[in-house]
Amino acid sequence: MKPIDLDKVQEKLESFTDKDVYVHLETTNGAYASHVNAKAYNVGVYIRNAKVRFNQAKIVGDGKSYRAGLKMEIGWIYAEGLTDWEMFEGEKLLMAGHDREGRLMVALQISETPFNY
Amino acid sequence: MEKHVVVIYPHPDDESFGAAGTIAKFREQGVPVTYLCGTLGEMGRNMGNPTFANRETLPEIRKKELIEACKVLDMELIMLGYRDKTLEYEDRNEVAGHLKGIIEKIEPSLIITHYPEHAVHPDHNALGAAAIEAVQLIDTEKRPTVWAQAITNTHVEDLGKPDVINDVRDNFDTKMDAILCHQSQANGVIRSWNQSEGMDNDLKEEAMKRLGFESFYIWKY
Repeated sequence: MKPIDLDKVQEKLESFTDKDVYVHLETTNGAYASHVNAKAYNVGVYIRNAKVRFNQAKIVGDGKSYRAGLKMEIGWIYAEGLTDWEMFEGEKLLMAGHDREGRLMVALQISETPFNY
Repeated sequence: MEKHVVVIYPHPDDESFGAAGTIAKFREQGVPVTYLCGTLGEMGRNMGNPTFANRETLPEIRKKELIEACKVLDMELIMLGYRDKTLEYEDRNEVAGHLKGIIEKIEPSLIITHYPEHAVHPDHNALGAAAIEAVQLIDTEKRPTVWAQAITNTHVEDLGKPDVINDVRDNFDTKMDAILCHQSQANGVIRSWNQSEGMDNDLKEEAMKRLGFESFYIWKY
């Protein structure tokens, strides 16, 4: 993946509006967080291949870390901490936030076809 | 001497960090070893450092790393096809039945797996429990011995001293070679060791300290 280019990602996000799309949304601090640090908590969530439709999409950030919000008819999809992006297999928009050790902390991915499961 | 050893862990790299030295010792004795690897670690968060994987490419990358590690350890590989982080939600009896079918074909004398509830990761606990149940379903006279690996920080307090403690420092180069096949994962794991203490000292020395012994509890049925 490469560092997020706001204009390019914004353009891609808009290409998915008003269509049925599949979303992968995830955040994690790893399965060993409280094992390696007794004071830490294990927290994680993911949803894969949620079929949604959004009519507005925007990515906002300061040049290092970005937030994306997708507005649906009756709700929102939101991700914070995104740093990198790529178009995968030409048509799947992958966005992710990595820490300085290269570990994924958050991911938001959008595609018109389902992700492998 | 063992007739055949079957290793059952859920993630590519569990075998290398957890039991590579033990596996190498068995292979030196000419004992066949088969690894039943539960998942492809699809939901791992280490993407390499610098990152070279993403959520979508990680499974294929880890599959290749797993195949390489199994070559280094000279063991047969069977991929079970479950999905990372989901093993505890699968039907326990179904997973046990799946494992039992494979175990009955191989007829191993020894099975190595995780100690349920003492193996930190939910997948470790769930697959360990299914493996132990699979063996329970086999006729008493045909049952292989089970070595269960506990990795919680408190396992000695909770369970007592492990029954089997293998000093694998003689096979440490093989173990490190196997670990380093898991290129996407190894760096992240090794780096996490020195978060607290400044680990400038030799990587191999530190690895030896942490991974030079592989210990197991003999499961009592």
